[in-house]
Amino acid sequence: MAETKERLRRTMMFVPGNNPAMVKDAGIYGADSIMFDLEDAVSMNEKDAARDLVYEALQTQDYGNAELVVRINGADTPYYHNDILAMVKAGIEVIRLPKTETAAMIEQLEADVLAAEKRFGRPEGSTHLMAAIESAKGVLNSPEIAAASQRMIGIALSAEDYTTDMKTHRYPDGAELQFARNMVLHAARAAGIAAFDTVFSNMNDPEGFYRETEYIHQLGFDGKSLVNPRQIPMVNKVYQPTQAEIENAQNVMKAIEEAKIKGSGVISMNGQMVDRPVVMRAQRVMMLAQAAHLVDEEGN
Amino acid sequence: MKNSVNRQLPEEIMQQLGYQAFQSTEIGSPDIQRVAPKVHVSTGNDKLCTSLEEVVKKTVQDGMTISFHHHFRNGDFVFNQVMRIIIDAGIKNLTLAPSSLTGVMNDLVIEAIKAGTVTNITSSGMRGSLGDFVSHGGLKNPVIFRSHGDRARAIEHGDIKIDVAFLGVPNADRLGNANGMQGKAVFGSLGYALMDAQYADKVVLLTDNLVSYPNTPASIKQTQVDYVVQVDQVGDPEKIGSGATRFTKDPKELKIASLVNEVIVNSPYFKEGFSFQTGSGGAALAVTRYLRQAMLDHKIKASFTLGGITKPMIDLLDEGLVDKVMDVQDFDKGAAESMQKNAHQQEIDASWYADPDNKGAMVDQLDVAILSALEIDTKFNVNVMSGSDGVIRGAVGGHQDAATAKMTIICAPLVRGRIATVVPDVTTVVTPGDSIDVLVTEYGIAINPKREDLQQAFSKVRSLPVYTIEELQQLAAKKVGQAAPLEFTDQTVALVEYRDGTIIDQIKAVKD
Repeated sequence: MAETKERLRRTMMFVPGNNPAMVKDAGIYGADSIMFDLEDAVSMNEKDAARDLVYEALQTQDYGNAELVVRINGADTPYYHNDILAMVKAGIEVIRLPKTETAAMIEQLEADVLAAEKRFGRPEGSTHLMAAIESAKGVLNSPEIAAASQRMIGIALSAEDYTTDMKTHRYPDGAELQFARNMVLHAARAAGIAAFDTVFSNMNDPEGFYRETEYIHQLGFDGKSLVNPRQIPMVNKVYQPTQAEIENAQNVMKAIEEAKIKGSGVISMNGQMVDRPVVMRAQRVMMLAQAAHLVDEEGN
Repeated sequence: MKNSVNRQLPEEIMQQLGYQAFQSTEIGSPDIQRVAPKVHVSTGNDKLCTSLEEVVKKTVQDGMTISFHHHFRNGDFVFNQVMRIIIDAGIKNLTLAPSSLTGVMNDLVIEAIKAGTVTNITSSGMRGSLGDFVSHGGLKNPVIFRSHGDRARAIEHGDIKIDVAFLGVPNADRLGNANGMQGKAVFGSLGYALMDAQYADKVVLLTDNLVSYPNTPASIKQTQVDYVVQVDQVGDPEKIGSGATRFTKDPKELKIASLVNEVIVNSPYFKEGFSFQTGSGGAALAVTRYLRQAMLDHKIKASFTLGGITKPMIDLLDEGLVDKVMDVQDFDKGAAESMQKNAHQQEIDASWYADPDNKGAMVDQLDVAILSALEIDTKFNVNVMSGSDGVIRGAVGGHQDAATAKMTIICAPLVRGRIATVVPDVTTVVTPGDSIDVLVTEYGIAINPKREDLQQAFSKVRSLPVYTIEELQQLAAKKVGQAAPLEFTDQTVALVEYRDGTIIDQIKAVKD
């Protein structure tokens, strides 16, 4: 569980569940998480076909190290239960619930997923959950939603529905999302899970995309939801640590090793004690550096 | 009889036609005797005609070999005008020897075959209805497919003896001085047609733009030309460009292109003064864009680019990132129009470009070639000729020739739709695996095991996912499953020459 929660989640790429070519190729772009969509991207008359397609893809395709997520249809739709059954049976890693407004919705989902795990003989607790926050109510309830289940690995802000609910729309400077972003991020951090920022859909505005990504990186988001694979290297570039950050992290890792060899509980570097936040930050920098191919698997 | 790439060849046909089986990509240093054309002596004062019928009547007879160029591509108006007259004149048993056949020529070629006007064809390729017709046994004698360099070799050897060449040009004077750079239907380099102009017994120029004498720069010279015929229009300017010069937004093509770029940049060839050739497809153009950035980042300039030229390549020239563009054909208007303004965009003929039997061709000096494939097999053999249904639908083009480069990269998606690109055995071997060094797919790259130096160089690059080609083939098979084997009849419908004139493979008629 801890390992699942600590993995890199810079990029969560949306893949329409009814598009065989995109489902087949989803693994080639190096997304940290791939989210197959059974919800908004799929029209009513293709719901069953998309579910079948994603189910088969999960059985047969190799998506490498990517975390596999499925956005199911909401509990207020006739597809919700079948989505859960098929995806749990296929062994999906994470189920994403859209339009989450209350902790009770997650609790219900957890119960439904548990029942499916039992039915298909999947290990209980093996299916993780995440929530998409898409309304004012959801934002205000996000601390409870994030902490609603041990299975939760993250929450994501979905700005299109949220800004509509707030009687505004998206602006280039993102001022309309300030509160929601910070609320969702705090809820995630307090619960010890990941926070995903919303999509940026204008592919003809790379400057705007970089500006937004740098901003949410600065706030502390784990990463961003993406609609186009071309955005993956752009996000990774923003999340790539600097050479100085890497060297510092390498020194911290060396100090940890030395403390281990000495059998000392205290880690020190240049005569100063290294405390837990520094260690954690160094570990994350090393993970990011490895993912960006800036260091090898040994951290060198 | 099998050749060195393990292809079963039709012994009887090969004997009849005097062919040897392909053995090796090594050309060696033999002594070659070239041929010379017959010259009908004149002062040149009465070359100009307005009647194409009259010229055809004077020049073309049963059993001759006639040729055309394909620089107008799908905007060609010349081929169909000439063939119409030849068919209507009841001429029989011609050998058609164009530099290539484009889709716009298909209907007339099929009609000419059915009428008995055309009984033999040699070409770089064919597509669409003509490929389908030939693959279903429509032509009795096998088509001979030759690369652009091989066609030049065959012409110089006399393997292709052109009796009459009909060459469309966007300008000419009354004696036949012409180029491809000025006029309405400009296509830039006359590279392939220059062979015909030099070696055909009779050279007929067709133009819609008669200019005052003497016309310069003269790519085709008055010393080579017998007739100049004025026609209404030689080509449709809108359809001459391949139209593929916009940068792709397809994320998969971009992924492949970025990997190709990584391969080039991390290879031992990426250094000051390197040279490269790319095709005109989406991924190839995207490679140019990535490579431009890499050249800027590393402060490296290329000495030349080669082959079929596109506007993005001319942009590199204008930017000073490339010293010379060695131009055998232009794929788009931008490249075609820049030729007359740019002294560093050198028109080269097909022999200079790629003829293996030469005192040194451009491809012999080439560092990096980026080529495509319909199929590539676990021996790195490449097919660019027959489709997944076994039907002819491609062209050798400069594939075998450019693969002479020090590092030849094939870029292709691992699978196309539900069809694997990386296969255990290609349907038709066009370019032998010995001349292929790296395969780049969207999943990762495979390096020819014969290139231990490249294996070593790329194993150090963390961002390059390196597989064996067998692993990529198995990955493709896992994705799309095993295709049922294609079924062919015993009829040989085409022979594919290697660039040295030996036979690398045959194509059989498909069974329906």
